[in-house]
Amino acid sequence: MKEKTYVEDVNRTVYDVKDLETEDKFFKVDSGLTPEIVEQISKEKNDPEWMKEFRLKSLDIYNEMAMVPWGPEIEGLKMDDIVTYVRPKTKMTADWKDVPEDIKKTFERLGIPQAEREALAGVGAQYDSELVYHNVKEEVAAMGVVYTDLESAMHGPYEEMIRDHFMKLVPPTDHKFAALHGAVWSGGSFVYVPAGVTVEIPLQSYFRLNAPGAGQFEHTLIIVDEGADLHFIEGCSAPKYNIANLHAGCVELFVGKNARLRYSTIENWSKNMYNLNTKRAKVEEGGRMEWVSGSFGSHVSYLYPMTILQGDNSVMEYTGITFAGETQNLDTGMKVVQNGKNTSSAVNSKSISKSGGISTFRSAVVIGKNADGSKSSVSCSSLMLDRQSRSDTIPAIEVYTQNADVGHEAKIGKISDEAVFYLMSRGIPEEDAKAMIVSGFADNVSKELPLEYAVEMNNLIRLEMVGSIG
Amino acid sequence: MSQCFLKINNLKVNVEDKEILHGLDLEIKPGETHVLMGPNGAGKSTLGHALMGNPRYEVTGGSIEFMGIDLLEENVTDRAKAGIFLSFQNPLEVPGITLSNFIRNAMEQRGGKKIRLWDYRKALKKQMALLNMDESYADRDLNVGFSGGEKKKSEILQLLMLNPKFAILDETDSGLDVDAVRTVSKGVEEFQKNGEGALLIITHSTRILESLHVDYTHVLVNGKIVESGDASLVDQINEEGFEKYLTQN
Repeated sequence: MKEKTYVEDVNRTVYDVKDLETEDKFFKVDSGLTPEIVEQISKEKNDPEWMKEFRLKSLDIYNEMAMVPWGPEIEGLKMDDIVTYVRPKTKMTADWKDVPEDIKKTFERLGIPQAEREALAGVGAQYDSELVYHNVKEEVAAMGVVYTDLESAMHGPYEEMIRDHFMKLVPPTDHKFAALHGAVWSGGSFVYVPAGVTVEIPLQSYFRLNAPGAGQFEHTLIIVDEGADLHFIEGCSAPKYNIANLHAGCVELFVGKNARLRYSTIENWSKNMYNLNTKRAKVEEGGRMEWVSGSFGSHVSYLYPMTILQGDNSVMEYTGITFAGETQNLDTGMKVVQNGKNTSSAVNSKSISKSGGISTFRSAVVIGKNADGSKSSVSCSSLMLDRQSRSDTIPAIEVYTQNADVGHEAKIGKISDEAVFYLMSRGIPEEDAKAMIVSGFADNVSKELPLEYAVEMNNLIRLEMVGSIG
Repeated sequence: MSQCFLKINNLKVNVEDKEILHGLDLEIKPGETHVLMGPNGAGKSTLGHALMGNPRYEVTGGSIEFMGIDLLEENVTDRAKAGIFLSFQNPLEVPGITLSNFIRNAMEQRGGKKIRLWDYRKALKKQMALLNMDESYADRDLNVGFSGGEKKKSEILQLLMLNPKFAILDETDSGLDVDAVRTVSKGVEEFQKNGEGALLIITHSTRILESLHVDYTHVLVNGKIVESGDASLVDQINEEGFEKYLTQN
């Protein structure tokens, strides 16, 4: 009677949907990375010459670079086993009914068509490494907004713009996985919002991994021009496989003068995934960058969205939540470099660890020597649901000016037995009571998300806590 | 043997390995209102929490029988579903769920079926009006940022909505101003009028009792009931305090 009950193990079957793939339908390259493979990828993608050279140069850097020196162990990740390029033999299509049936089923499980119907501006959903479904609503295109896949955009009028921006914020020399990304990147989105245009509804992309041993290296490049406004949503989920899976995507965001970009993402990778993702934004004068980030799933994550507040009076806001369950080691956080005068950054991070999960919040704030009058406040709270779980905070602050206001606040707590008792005393079952408390803890993040994503996130929390979606 | 409503027999309870209740006996019949008085630290709240099943309160001996079930075998949720309710002295703040959604969720859990939102909101509105609660509280997060008085009203609102068979009110009047005590008391009166619900009112003052019908009064000192009587015992304690019981021990 007095024995403490622990929350049951997670039932991920709702998300870990595995489709049967037959070899003849898909094209694969040999495992392991050689210049020949990279050239093959490049040819297959019909790259312009400069891109092919970029890939080969990145491969050289990849081969020379040491493994990243920070973060949790990634020994289980065997690079030579990872098939870097798998794509369905379907052409891109703008009509849902042309999408092959098995792929459609996978998407339907993830709610893509519903999301589409619910007035989302455009959907570019990536299946394995290639865009298979792509649709930009006419009214958005009519405003001059470009939302397409990066590959085809490289052959159009935006080639120069892409060349000027592609991997300029995250150069292949940044770290080993950035170099890998530069060599084998495939798929992803390109968005350009012209000056002064406000995109009223969010653009969203949904992609997932679906082949055993396949890496996913999608690249997202978003340019929001002067005075423009965009909300972009990325959400991920992947089915579960036995062998290690790697995700080394790259997101580059350019926020122009007085522009605003909100970038929201819920990542929910399967629990064998190594999610080594690099995201970076650069903000010009008076611009505003808002990150909303939910990290669920994956075996190991390295995820630290970085913002460079280059222009004076530029602003960054980061709201994030990380949920680390059994066998998970999620190393998340953020970095901000404030170069302009009177810049400000506000970070609000929550992390939850359960059943031996480890969550680490790594933050870095750098206030440059010319950033007079700049402000930064970082607040992170952690919730540990049992004694096996672990939560760490690793803050770094560097200030090179006399006139700056920098604050860091960290709180670590456990779920309150009294609160659980209070809820149970009204007839709520223990697991539901705990799920309610955890949802409440995550509330500031879900409030930042569009309704359907907030619902999805609450369902994810319930799924993690109770083992079912109610 | 006839089935009793609530029968507590020789109950011993430890808090952090220290025995607080040293063998307490109490019997309550349907619809009765019992008052439990006593000085600070006598173990009044301990009894309330032990009845509700708070795991911090360890029952080391005795029995609690409620409507034919052995309450000590049931967890907190099942005790609540069986019809027991505890109004907390310090209600907890739970962000992320509104007062309205919380009560509805609890009602659905207890009843095992969905409740129509329209009917529910109507009933909720009525009870909130009775408690002079601003309707906006319904859509605020459970007790978050509520004043002391509003938290207690929130407890009584839950009492009225959940309509349990047996409710324990733990110091519901403590820390309240005169008007708030009157309002809360009105809510409890409404619960008494509603029907069969029995009450155990834990208090060390008597303000909340002024307008309530009381059947029995018990005095708890040092973990034991030292005297029981009818409503007139309340007035006696009002005048004399607990002094004579303390010197006896």
